[in-house]
Amino acid sequence: MKISTLFYTIRQGFANIFRNKWYSLASIATISACLFLFGTFYAIVVNFQSIVMKVEEGVSLAVFFHHEEGPLGDGCASHTPGQIPTDERLEEIGQMIARRTEVSKVVYVSDEEAWQHFAIDAYGEQYAVGFPENPLAGENNYEIYLSDVSMQSALVTWLESLPEVRDVRYSQLTADTLSGANLLIAYVSMGIIVILLAVSIFLISNTVAIGISVRSEEINIMKYIGATDFFVRAPFVLEGMIIGCIGALIPLGIVYSIYNYVMSYVIDRFPMLSRFMNFLSVEQVFHTLTPVSLAVGVGIGFLGSVTTVRKHLRV
Amino acid sequence: MANKELLRRKREQLIEEHGVIYLDNVSKAYSTGSPALNNVSLSIGRGEFVFIVGETGSGKSTLIKLLLRELKATSGSVYVMGNDLSRLKHGQVPRFRRNIGVVFQDFRLLTDRNVYENVAFAQRIVETPPSEIRRNVPTILATVGLAGKYKAKTSELSGGEQQRVAMARALINNPSILLADEPTGNLDPRNSWEIMRLLEEINESGTTVVVVTHNREIVNAMKKRVVTMKKGVIVSDEEGGEYIDED
Repeated sequence: MKISTLFYTIRQGFANIFRNKWYSLASIATISACLFLFGTFYAIVVNFQSIVMKVEEGVSLAVFFHHEEGPLGDGCASHTPGQIPTDERLEEIGQMIARRTEVSKVVYVSDEEAWQHFAIDAYGEQYAVGFPENPLAGENNYEIYLSDVSMQSALVTWLESLPEVRDVRYSQLTADTLSGANLLIAYVSMGIIVILLAVSIFLISNTVAIGISVRSEEINIMKYIGATDFFVRAPFVLEGMIIGCIGALIPLGIVYSIYNYVMSYVIDRFPMLSRFMNFLSVEQVFHTLTPVSLAVGVGIGFLGSVTTVRKHLRV
Repeated sequence: MANKELLRRKREQLIEEHGVIYLDNVSKAYSTGSPALNNVSLSIGRGEFVFIVGETGSGKSTLIKLLLRELKATSGSVYVMGNDLSRLKHGQVPRFRRNIGVVFQDFRLLTDRNVYENVAFAQRIVETPPSEIRRNVPTILATVGLAGKYKAKTSELSGGEQQRVAMARALINNPSILLADEPTGNLDPRNSWEIMRLLEEINESGTTVVVVTHNREIVNAMKKRVVTMKKGVIVSDEEGGEYIDED
């Protein structure tokens, strides 16, 4: 293809938008409306997921090990006989736990630290008074944070199979509730996103198809004169892609502004909320939303025009 | 390269023997109804001026569509400029059509573009350099008598002027054949005659002209070859012939 033909095709692609301004406006409005709905829903869903994820990150379990009898004497349930780990073995177990995929973080808590945390919470800063010995001696443990709470039972089974492990403390109810909520959000949001995308694709491709169909006469003329399919199709495809791109950028801009405003408002008015809930920054949301919206807009503009023009090329 | 040369020679030989348009026992049947063309054979030589006449439903439009390779024959062979149209692939059709200028009753101009752009469009399709387009378009517009109207929108032109634009568009790529499908159908007698005179001039410059028409007065006055069709068959083919009435 000659360079002059390429420039002509590009010029025609842009010119077509202005020549058929009402069709262009209708197409841009349809694409914008669909992608606005999609963008808004996406922003809500990813925030939901992020909130649940933050809660999940806070879920931990603690694993305790066999040790020699402590100062509390007999009768303590934790003093059951078992294999007492050496310091090296304890470290090795810590590394093994950290390597597991379902684990996001492992923190070693010595019996001293365990007592300090407990005592400060229970008795305040003056906790040492009346406790010359550490009542939690031998209660050193690993605090394990999960990356996926639905894998908690698998981890617990593995931990309990280690001969050095005396006890694993965890809440199955919390894990089950969270993983259930997570699954529900994933299914519902996936379903709604798929429906929204399908409706968008249907509406947008129909708008593109109608716009091109009313110009079938123009395509016929081009074909009678001896235009190749490429020469006929290229300006329409370019036009479809430009319309798709504009139709995607407008709702992105609107959703960006609204999201920014809502986030600032919530953080200013309800600062407590942001401590519990992990709201995503506008950059985090648009990191995925921008390419997806552009791909949907431009992609449907491209595919819609290619398939519709093809119907009219058999002249 | 040798193959291409061989094909070119074969095409030339076919043109020498049978003319630029050659239909050999061509039939065309649509899925419903009787055949639109029934065993039609026709040869049109280089530089001829031929009228194809006949009532509605006689098969004239089907014939034009076959010559433009818009349709394929059900049986028989259609050769245009030595090309066997039944063997032409979809991708080869555009290049083939560039040998044929075509003019329609309803002009079929791009209404959102001006006169210059409508004519230049045909040159852009064949990738003529822009400098040549700028030179050729005013020349051809002058030939059809529209030199001063190149900036006008096609909607601002009379029917006769619109048909001239269509002719300029058909001629700008120097086609070997000009097909005119009812070119005077939407024009008053004065404009009809102007268009026919233009077609005659084009023919005198060497282009083969095939005109499908209902206009008895023009056909009878011009004394050209007249092919008359009725119910899908050629009922007469006479040099200097006349429009034959149905009854």
